[in-house]
Amino acid sequence: MQELKLDGNAAAGTMEEVFAFEITTAVGTCDNCGAVAEFGTTTVYAQAPGIVVRCPQCEGVLLRLAHDDGGRYWLEMRGVRCLELRV
Amino acid sequence: MATPITPRRRGLTPNRLSWQLCDVAELVDETPRVKTIVLDPPQWAGHKAGQHVDVRLTAEDGYQAQRSYSIASPPEDEHLALTVERLDDGEVSSYLAEVLVPGDTLELRGPIGGYFVWEAALGGPVLLVAGGSGIVPLMAMARHRARAGNRTPMRLLYSARTIDDVIYREELEALASEDEGFEAILTLTRAQPPGWSGYARRIDADLLAEVAWPASDDPLAFVCGPTAFVETAASELVELGLPAHRIKTERFGPTGG
Repeated sequence: MQELKLDGNAAAGTMEEVFAFEITTAVGTCDNCGAVAEFGTTTVYAQAPGIVVRCPQCEGVLLRLAHDDGGRYWLEMRGVRCLELRV
Repeated sequence: MATPITPRRRGLTPNRLSWQLCDVAELVDETPRVKTIVLDPPQWAGHKAGQHVDVRLTAEDGYQAQRSYSIASPPEDEHLALTVERLDDGEVSSYLAEVLVPGDTLELRGPIGGYFVWEAALGGPVLLVAGGSGIVPLMAMARHRARAGNRTPMRLLYSARTIDDVIYREELEALASEDEGFEAILTLTRAQPPGWSGYARRIDADLLAEVAWPASDDPLAFVCGPTAFVETAASELVELGLPAHRIKTERFGPTGG
């Protein structure tokens, strides 16, 4: 089976349910390796019950986002040292 | 019934995405596997070339399936057009390509994205590299350039399996013949028509070296296609000396069904 690997562009709609700002041009710093990259360049695995976003450099987990059908969200961002948003 | 949504605001006001129901105005057969869906969203504050929408289907029992589709139409168009490839076993794409008819409604939200976007003001020269249906957001960029009367040199390298799989073929030929600043270069990877003199192999380092502008011209590259295609093309462009920040990528995954 082909690996279901996408990128930050594909996750943008779901991410914006939480962030309310255009997310693909937000610049994040990976807490694992220190790489600095736009969200659109990240690696995304979206076929799980939630979304897993990984660093394009070291493949470390940047964040995980899951939600239920009732409008509750769980966002884990341990892998993001800093997120720069332009609003 | 359409759900009213708040008009898009600018600046510090949160820019909430809302789902809306759109009338399907027209369906256009592009290739045997690909259709363009022309829509009239009730609330649309405009988009940028390269952005996408999320489409959501809801079954009678409440089951929902959601996919992202690139916008094919340029910002200058009155209608919103999506071009969708029917994937085998694709629960959303097969509905869009086989069941949907004009007069139906489709639920979507958008426009989404800002990273994989080209606006005339960004300049160039612009290299577009498309694999299969990855042509769709790049076509929005080519259409935007033409409709805006922009003169930025733009070169498209488009990899398709056969000539019949080339989406927008006639329009691409017309754009290239009418406008010296726009070039469309095809490579047909599986079969070629008799007398074909163009490229006939998958995109590789030599092919990109022949087609791409030299790094000294500081080109801006947009690469869209299946994940493996995108990663190959982007890494070859880096090898050619393009800085990574001048190479924008968007992957169409097999989850796109």
